[in-house]
Amino acid sequence: MTVPVGSGGAPGIELLDSRGVWTPVDGLLLEVDQLQVEFRTRDGVAKAINGVSFDLHQGETLAILGESGSGKSVTAQAIMGILDSPPAFITGGEVRYCGKNILAMSDEDRRRVRGPEISMVFQDALSALNPVFPVGWQIAEMFRKHRGMNKSDSQAQAIRLMQRVQIPGAAQRVKAYPHQFSGGMRQRIMIAMAIALDPAVLIADEPTTALDVTVQAQIMQLMADLQQERRMGLILITHDLGVVADVADRIAVMYAGRIVEQANAFELYAQPGHPYTQGLLDSIPRLDQKGETLSAIGGLPPNLTNIPPGCPFNPRCHYAQDVCRVDPPPPLREVAPHRLAACHFSELLLAHSPELEVTQTTEEVEAHVEFGPEHPVSGLKIPTEPGFEGPTVAGFEGSGGVQ
Amino acid sequence: MSREVILEAENLVKHYPIKAGVLRRTVGYVKALDGVSFELYKGETLGIVGESGCGKSTLGRMLMRLEEPTDGKLIFDGVDVYSQKGSAMRKLRRDIQIVFQDPYTSLNPRKTVGDIVGEPFEIHTDVVPKRERRQRVQELLELVGLNPEHINRYPHQFSGGQRQRIGIARGLALNPKVIICDEPVSALDVSVQAQVVNLLGELQGRLGLAYIFIAHDLSVVRHISDRVGVMYLGKLVELGDEDQIYSRPTHPYTQALLSAVPLPDPTMRDMREQIVLTGDVPSPANPPAACRFHTRCWKAQEICSIDEPLLVERPDGESEHLSACHFAEPRVIVA
Repeated sequence: MTVPVGSGGAPGIELLDSRGVWTPVDGLLLEVDQLQVEFRTRDGVAKAINGVSFDLHQGETLAILGESGSGKSVTAQAIMGILDSPPAFITGGEVRYCGKNILAMSDEDRRRVRGPEISMVFQDALSALNPVFPVGWQIAEMFRKHRGMNKSDSQAQAIRLMQRVQIPGAAQRVKAYPHQFSGGMRQRIMIAMAIALDPAVLIADEPTTALDVTVQAQIMQLMADLQQERRMGLILITHDLGVVADVADRIAVMYAGRIVEQANAFELYAQPGHPYTQGLLDSIPRLDQKGETLSAIGGLPPNLTNIPPGCPFNPRCHYAQDVCRVDPPPPLREVAPHRLAACHFSELLLAHSPELEVTQTTEEVEAHVEFGPEHPVSGLKIPTEPGFEGPTVAGFEGSGGVQ
Repeated sequence: MSREVILEAENLVKHYPIKAGVLRRTVGYVKALDGVSFELYKGETLGIVGESGCGKSTLGRMLMRLEEPTDGKLIFDGVDVYSQKGSAMRKLRRDIQIVFQDPYTSLNPRKTVGDIVGEPFEIHTDVVPKRERRQRVQELLELVGLNPEHINRYPHQFSGGQRQRIGIARGLALNPKVIICDEPVSALDVSVQAQVVNLLGELQGRLGLAYIFIAHDLSVVRHISDRVGVMYLGKLVELGDEDQIYSRPTHPYTQALLSAVPLPDPTMRDMREQIVLTGDVPSPANPPAACRFHTRCWKAQEICSIDEPLLVERPDGESEHLSACHFAEPRVIVA
């Protein structure tokens, strides 16, 4: 059964109705529940994700916002099941797609989810595409592997997808190689590949970071159109506060492997409920304003092999008090209707209460900066020794053992 | 502010040959920079913005004389830079320094911070006597907000923001008058970026430096710059005060560029009028004739492909500033 969709100038792509086995209940597509991921490296265990939970509904855009090393890409890779293990180990939590825990599935079943159901657009299209195969062949691979199509049919599908993502001269360029396309066009090819099997969830990991602003605008527009056309749930991972403000419905802010705040986009920008979010919003220069000095967040994100006790943000936080420096870290809790924050003082912050004291200024934070490289997990290129794996905890089965 | 010119670029041109075939014959030229002129005043920041491939980094390297010009003139403090030789050139180099984009590759991993920041003194031996060099390096580290005791550490022991501070300390070592900042904060996270931007601002006030601030991030450029130049395919298309460029842009490319920048405020989502340009930047090896933007411009008419618009003063509603468009008219893009 096929459902033709697509209107306007772009040629329509038939959506293959593969939702048979996977039916979302009340539009709830994906639930991530207390996910924990660690990297076992020579320099110790880096706790990249420390209990991350969120959900995603049909047609919704959830932005995961964070700086490098905050664990946003690792979260995406854990959902996709493409973490390199070792060094990465999922030590706890569940990822449920339409109610089923995909972390507990066999590799075979997992492959049936990855691509047709949940798919991903990567940041750097040049390194994500294979340089020795034509782009059309790479897009068509989705149809050959998952749909059992032959070469010519899958090629025809590839051309239609390339037309859908507005690559000019798709029929002629289907045999071209990745290096023959510009950055923006390569990103379109990645998007074509990701939406090929009409997935219900699309994860976009910094899809426009490597692109110029004018091209970024084109790509974000394309993704918005595709999402609307297919009612996809979109997880947008980015560090760009501007892009997020433009497209997100809901925002989850990550810091040191935790979600520190989750709220509706409008509310979050209007009034941040966590000092880190506040710091981020204050530290960006604005195109529409000219200010004097930027109010920077002092210090550095913590090293994930040595996250400070208590709230991980406490060494950089202007409002840190003794309670913030001791375990357990403040839990992510409802601090106002429909908004979550992991801070002891969120209510005071939201109310602009005078009771909230500034206990350390940026200068004082700076004075205590410990030097050292931040976040060993960023980039995921961690030197590992095969010998060092510690007690073998395979995948998710070691849950409960950590923290 | 004194309006004393410190650096003047006159019609700078840089063409890179494209070689092909067994004989490596030159078959064409990449016109990376094609006639760029501007003046930099003492103590000011001139921001240069543009998309990748527009020639802004080539411009930075030309100003450092890391590239020899195909054509054009560069005057620093009354001296013609490109005609200097030997020791005179070396002396001149002290006054113009550069801070590079990537703090991960622009510092030698096998040298200590002290070696890196002190290297300029090895080359320009008469600036600081040998005995005082270590002391001077420590002062520089302190100046950029690093712990002077870390002089013996290696670059990998520092974070990205701290490394960029090391790069800045090296740039300051010889007391330059002009610093070229080539995308100094683009590799950094937002919270760290603000620290480095603030540091650059503070140093400028304290040392009276002039900056050429090259970046693709229009918000950062607005924040730090006094004047801004917009580049497209090797040419300056608009140049004016920060306020003129951001509040009253007259060139269609500047307008499109500004409208494409997402604002960190969801309430502005539907308020702003976005000009989405179609297609990509044409190849600089074969740029469009006359106005180089005419292939993507919504205002383009026949004249745009025949007659090249010059970068001259054109009215922007309240004042006049340089713009290279036949149909220049101000348009409010950002409030």
